[in-house]
Amino acid sequence: MTPSPPAAKLRLATVWLAGCSGCHMSFLDLDEFLFDLAEKVDVVFSPVGTDVKIYPENVDIALVEGAVANVDNLELALQVRQRTGLVISFGDCAVTANVPGLRNLLDAGHDSAKAVLERGYLELADATGQLPFAPGIVPELLPRVLPLHEVIPVDLYLPGCPPSAERIREAITPLLSGERPVQEGSAMLRFG
Amino acid sequence: MSVVTLTVNGQDVAVPAGASLLEATRAAEANVPTLCHLEGLTPVSSCRLCLVEVEGSGKLLPACSTAAAEGMVVHTHTPRLREYRRMTVELFFAEGNHVCAVCVANTHCELQDMAVTVGMDHSRFPYQYPQRPVDATHPQFTLDHNRCILCTRCVRVCDEIEGAHVWDIGSRGGQCHIVAGLDEPWGQVQACTSCGKCVDVCPTGALFRNSDTTAEKQPNTTLPALLRTAREQHRWHNQ
Repeated sequence: MTPSPPAAKLRLATVWLAGCSGCHMSFLDLDEFLFDLAEKVDVVFSPVGTDVKIYPENVDIALVEGAVANVDNLELALQVRQRTGLVISFGDCAVTANVPGLRNLLDAGHDSAKAVLERGYLELADATGQLPFAPGIVPELLPRVLPLHEVIPVDLYLPGCPPSAERIREAITPLLSGERPVQEGSAMLRFG
Repeated sequence: MSVVTLTVNGQDVAVPAGASLLEATRAAEANVPTLCHLEGLTPVSSCRLCLVEVEGSGKLLPACSTAAAEGMVVHTHTPRLREYRRMTVELFFAEGNHVCAVCVANTHCELQDMAVTVGMDHSRFPYQYPQRPVDATHPQFTLDHNRCILCTRCVRVCDEIEGAHVWDIGSRGGQCHIVAGLDEPWGQVQACTSCGKCVDVCPTGALFRNSDTTAEKQPNTTLPALLRTAREQHRWHNQ
């Protein structure tokens, strides 16, 4: 008698857009839970778990850290939505635009890309200041930094700067058995 | 002392005549959320979080500034009210520049707490990123308009408790903002006694001590009630 094939593992991705990677560091703070997680999921795309450069097809769950601030972020966010079952806004930058979104305060938010580049590369530079220009290499900034849900539909929100490892575990665990976490109370919801 | 009796969420409560609906809901342990309200200060119902449904009334009523009346039938947590409260908090976040992660009031902010209370996991309204100044002209304190929700606690505590009346609301509509003195830099307002009561009662990080950095603000919101009781009833909290 041959043993039945193991149940297909869930395909998990973690994505890093415009954020500081603190949410990913918090994910790594899951410590030994990562072993439990590895038994139940295949990590198919992650800056801390794989060396895959192209976002794969048929992803079950994606944790998306960071706001949408440049054209690369935007392209990847659209791919994530198209190829993923459940998209999670992972941390305050994805949920609110948070600190990356502060540049929206420049130029009354109309074209904060131009304003922030001029501030950083010209106004604060020495005599040789120049604006970066490398089409196709350095992704262009979007005029406005956006939270993820203003770009693609989001299925679950995990606020926090960063969300604690405990909060991440409490959110992920029910998802592994096909259930939704209860997003209530200070342990799961608090910004900051 | 005459008493009025009313019903809150199906529960009969009796409160002294003249008590507010908010006091009645508290007698019923209904946990109606409040943000602008503070014990010891005159209610102004500016935050709209304490809106409740009163049967027979065509509109929602702010519990903090509505008197409890005989025979009222009050509902505090209907689906409609819960939805409105969550929308209200989302609008607070969307219309100002509230970045919890880098705020002096992080972990001690009533707006941040209120987001948890109403179950806000994100804002459905786009963030407005308004252009607002910071007044750092006072030697001890700073006013960051980006974080102000116009609850007017500072206005009221300065007027009613300290008696200095440094603060007011200037302008109209979306341009409303807190002004010091005759719309002067705070540091130039001679009426300010630098008592710090406005800073102590501010629910967010809009008013803070200059020595406080991220997550270091420690508010003291019990002060107005303590001082008012002491003055009017000659009674201190330890007596």
